Amino acid sequence: MQIELRNIHKHFGPVRANDGISLRVQSGTIHGLLGENGAGKSTLMKILSGYLSLDSGQILVKGRPVSIQSPAQGIRHGIGMLHQDPLDFPAMRVLDNFLLGRGSRLRQHRARAKTELLQLADRFGFPMDPEEMLSTLSIGERQQLEILRLISLGAETLILDEPTTGISTPQKVQLFATLHRLAAEGRSVIFVSHKLEDAEELCHRVTVLRHGRVSGEIEAPFQSAQLVRLMFGQDLPPSERATIPTGQPVLQLDHVTLPGPRFSIPNISMTIRAGEVIGLAGIEGSGQRLFLHACVGLVRPSSGQILLDGQDMVGQSYHHLLKSGMAFLPANRLEEGLVEGLTLAEHCILTDRENMPFFVRWSEAREKARQKISEYNIQGTPDSPIESLSGGNQQRALLSLLPSHLRLLALEHPTRGLDVESARWVWDMLQQRRRQGTAIVFTSADLDEIRERSERIYVFSGGNLSGPVDATETSTTELGMMIGGKAYEIA
Amino acid sequence: MNNELLRTLATVVAVSAPLVYAGIGETLTEKAGVINLSLDGSILLSAMGAFATAYLTGSLFWGFVVAALIGAAVAALIAFASISLRQDQVAVGFVLTLLCADLSSFLGNPFVHKPGPAIPNMPIPILKDLPIVGPILFSQDLVVYGSFLLILLSWLWTFKTQPGLRLQGIGERPEAAFARGTNVNRLRFFYTVLGGALVGIAGAAYSLDIKLGWSHNHTAGNGWIALAIVIFGGWHPLRVAFGAYLFGGLKALGSVMQRVAPGVPTQIFQAAPFALMIVALLLVSGNVLDRLLAYLPRRTRQRVTSLVRSSPPAALGKPFVEE
Amino acid sequence: MKLPRQLADIGLTLGSVLLAILVTTLILIAVGAPPGEAYRNLLAGALESPVKLADVMTAWVPLSLASAGLLITFAAGLWNIGIEGQIVMGAVAATWAVRLFDLPSLLYIPVVLLAGMAGGLAWAVLAGVLKTHGNVHEIFGGLGLNFIAAAFTNYLIFGPWRPASRATMSGTAPFPSTVWLPNLGGLRVSPLALLAALIGMIAVYVALRGTSWGLKLKAVGKNSRASQLIGIDTTRQMLTSFAICGALAGLGGAIQTIGVYHRLIPQISGGYGYLAILVVLLAGMRTVWVPPIAFFFAAVGVGSPRLELRMQLDSSLGGVLQGTIVLFVLLAYGLRVRLAERKSER
Ligand SMILES: Nc1ncnc2c1ncn2[C@@H]1O[C@H](COP(=O)(O)OP(=O)(O)O)[C@@H](O)[C@H]1O
Ligand SMILES: [Mg+2]
Repeated sequence: MQIELRNIHKHFGPVRANDGISLRVQSGTIHGLLGENGAGKSTLMKILSGYLSLDSGQILVKGRPVSIQSPAQGIRHGIGMLHQDPLDFPAMRVLDNFLLGRGSRLRQHRARAKTELLQLADRFGFPMDPEEMLSTLSIGERQQLEILRLISLGAETLILDEPTTGISTPQKVQLFATLHRLAAEGRSVIFVSHKLEDAEELCHRVTVLRHGRVSGEIEAPFQSAQLVRLMFGQDLPPSERATIPTGQPVLQLDHVTLPGPRFSIPNISMTIRAGEVIGLAGIEGSGQRLFLHACVGLVRPSSGQILLDGQDMVGQSYHHLLKSGMAFLPANRLEEGLVEGLTLAEHCILTDRENMPFFVRWSEAREKARQKISEYNIQGTPDSPIESLSGGNQQRALLSLLPSHLRLLALEHPTRGLDVESARWVWDMLQQRRRQGTAIVFTSADLDEIRERSERIYVFSGGNLSGPVDATETSTTELGMMIGGKAYEIA
Repeated sequence: MNNELLRTLATVVAVSAPLVYAGIGETLTEKAGVINLSLDGSILLSAMGAFATAYLTGSLFWGFVVAALIGAAVAALIAFASISLRQDQVAVGFVLTLLCADLSSFLGNPFVHKPGPAIPNMPIPILKDLPIVGPILFSQDLVVYGSFLLILLSWLWTFKTQPGLRLQGIGERPEAAFARGTNVNRLRFFYTVLGGALVGIAGAAYSLDIKLGWSHNHTAGNGWIALAIVIFGGWHPLRVAFGAYLFGGLKALGSVMQRVAPGVPTQIFQAAPFALMIVALLLVSGNVLDRLLAYLPRRTRQRVTSLVRSSPPAALGKPFVEE
Repeated sequence: MKLPRQLADIGLTLGSVLLAILVTTLILIAVGAPPGEAYRNLLAGALESPVKLADVMTAWVPLSLASAGLLITFAAGLWNIGIEGQIVMGAVAATWAVRLFDLPSLLYIPVVLLAGMAGGLAWAVLAGVLKTHGNVHEIFGGLGLNFIAAAFTNYLIFGPWRPASRATMSGTAPFPSTVWLPNLGGLRVSPLALLAALIGMIAVYVALRGTSWGLKLKAVGKNSRASQLIGIDTTRQMLTSFAICGALAGLGGAIQTIGVYHRLIPQISGGYGYLAILVVLLAGMRTVWVPPIAFFFAAVGVGSPRLELRMQLDSSLGGVLQGTIVLFVLLAYGLRVRLAERKSER
């Protein structure tokens, strides 16, 4: 089905997420939408599917202008979208998820829907148990269900927003095969990604977005260098690897078993040394978060020992460990890291545990905040509410609030949602910490970041830990294989 | 089975009926993601409204209609404040609790302790002669039969129909329901008002049937118990109904105890339902249960836990904003 | 920037109050009562004489103390509905101390007041522990404890603490006059009680504005998960805020016994706890607004019984007026925020 977008504008307050985008997608093709984080891809696709309203512009389906005001209208025009994080119902069954939103009849027709779901699943080779709770499925399986659901609703145009981020390599192979098949059946597929290799492998044609505008459109075969230029505006210089000598062991895990809600991770042994960077790879929800939590005492292992500077720390409270020089930076900055509604100065008071007089000295606190603002180059004032800062500045604020001496810093997705500039700045900051002897453990969904930034890599896969892998010797493909569950052969 | 026990059980079924209406009404509201905290006040006001209407017109039917309208109107106010204005649901609900209670006292003043009409008993032919269940379930009145029907219908609606799936969806993950073409806020409004109407009927069931007549603070306290029952019942209509009967049963037990052991201070029976409410909530939400269950074998434990435990709709109390 | 906004706030509040009065007037007309006369009685009943004014101040004391306590729990994001029971248990504990000791006034009164604070504190911490350790929402824990406290008071009055003559609804036997709070020239109001309420308000203001404890409390109230990760002991913050609120409420309860009724009566709190929640909501959690609003509410409360005496109307009209005002103010604020959002969207 042919789709055309003409001069789409959409802004959020001052942010021009889409600034006059035009795009044409031919039926029977896989059309890539490429761009770095924040380029405006998701916004554009939400507009096309009716999830967001546009400020101005026009949408044409099969050459005729249409108005798509809601997702229901989107589906009526044959446009279905698989959102970046699947918009489904984890607390309900697979079949309920499949049924929900199919018309407004009274009866459910469960049996009929079940047969249809199983037939569709069979056709695409997806394993599917209709009665299972969705929460027990992997992200990849949830995507598969969504794709089946959209197809059964009659979607002629399928939008997939960053579908390869959270899934295993075999699932990705299967996904690509499915998309080829859908295109061959005459449907159009819009494949949204910030990963070059995915687009190169899959798409017939690629549109690149940059800062809310179209920066170029290319037919296959693609040249990586050209795509990179369109995405970032210049060639990315190869980042050099800092060589910082590692020191004494800081944290030692000795046959540790971690209890998770769905699975436990058995028998982890690992030594983290001062100044070292350890990267944790894996599909989201494979246990990385649990591991970080255990490192800083937020989760208590069910067996085994964790030694901090040679002393067993199991059972010590998180707050005690904070005082011993541990720190944890969560990925949800506004949900777990900062307190929405408080100012930067107030955050300075709250995080300065050594020096917290009962009666607050406001001028002192503002002065301290001002120092941090200039030192960490934060765009804001001591009295600006923390939520008014942009994502990159929030991350800077979080880093600035860490105590000056740290033994171990555990970070969850340290550069998620940041622009390239801020991301690089964050890593510069972390390198400084390393030179002072801080050990760093971090998770990331970006394998390139993990490969470039860490020395040793551990891979989590469905409740198992494998590795370590030497970061200089491994490849993204190898890591991908390990994530996909081939861990045991390598370890 | 002896007659007295049967009579007691029949009473339990009857006195629990208002709690069933209120509990299931609130369950529907909360399943949609909205908290109507005003139950204690709206039950009072609708009980008063029902009694006054029936007293003045002589019509029980209009009494119930007015009560349902009052409950629905209060709920609509909460829906407007929380859905349209995105105000704190708890704050608005609490203010309405007090306001409705005072309003019921003020407007109901002329009707205090007046004799009024009552729902007549209406045993169902044939069924009433069944052994055991006949006298317990089928020698009641229309209000009680209605409560049975409500339990069944609300369960069927929520879990067995297409609109019921949507109802679960808007309480679990409104943005996902929206992506599937649901008008989340309109549906939330609808279920809040529907739940409120059922709460209103609960009020009428008190003043026209279970606790006849009107006096100041006639039903005070029952609204809070109904709210607690929704949590105890894990937002599941059948379990909520079970909770209502459990409370009704314990109340009946209290009055039996009062006869059997007259030495026990009566205040114990005043306080018991609320102490029980706390204990029940401790059991279903605290980790007390986990500690107790830890002694059971693993399989049994999992089964018991899933039976007793359950979590609220994930988006309960959170406004939904279309982007 | 700031001043016009405050003016707008005041305008909005006044508008809501007028609307609330309009609604109450309609209700009065609906029941066939002359509204003008009703309001005149309400006003006169509260303010016509020094005696009445003193009564209003007497009601202002427990209301302010409870409101001050609630400012603390609201700052921590807690809905301490259990405050009603905390006032009651403060009164019970005070009565217990009165019965237990027999001291010279200078010692007797402080001991009894402290006992009252301890009683309220204990009852509040119980609700707090139910929340922090038992996962029972404070609304339900607190509410259950309110009903239990009321039943317990009744039990004491009709059981172990009944007067020697016979048990009645009028409460325990009067306390010895050595423990009565001294009052001002035959009026009901006690300067000591006023002082206590004033100190309570100021202490709460300072604690929330100028201490790191208050800042931590606000952090917990706004985002308890992030506060925990930042290094704040959220459980301790919540429990201390319950404790302080309970102590203030308990003090109010104790003052009701030794300063107003000179005995323990059923319904010793008479809804001051719930009313205080309305006061704080109406004040938008801003400390400086609490004393005047508490005064207004106290005046309505003291004036409304006259409706019953003179016009055969139920005194709950006062509650209707208070509730309607708070409701409309909440709605008006919601409306303003939405309109501002609409504007910025464009
Ligand atoms: N709901 C929203 N409110 C405010 N800003 C938003 C919203 N959604 C997206 N943005 C902003 O719009 C820009 C584009 O975002 P998005 O379309 O998600 O980019 P992409 O999908 O390409 O990573 C970003 O700067 C983002 O912060
Ligand atoms: Mg995106």
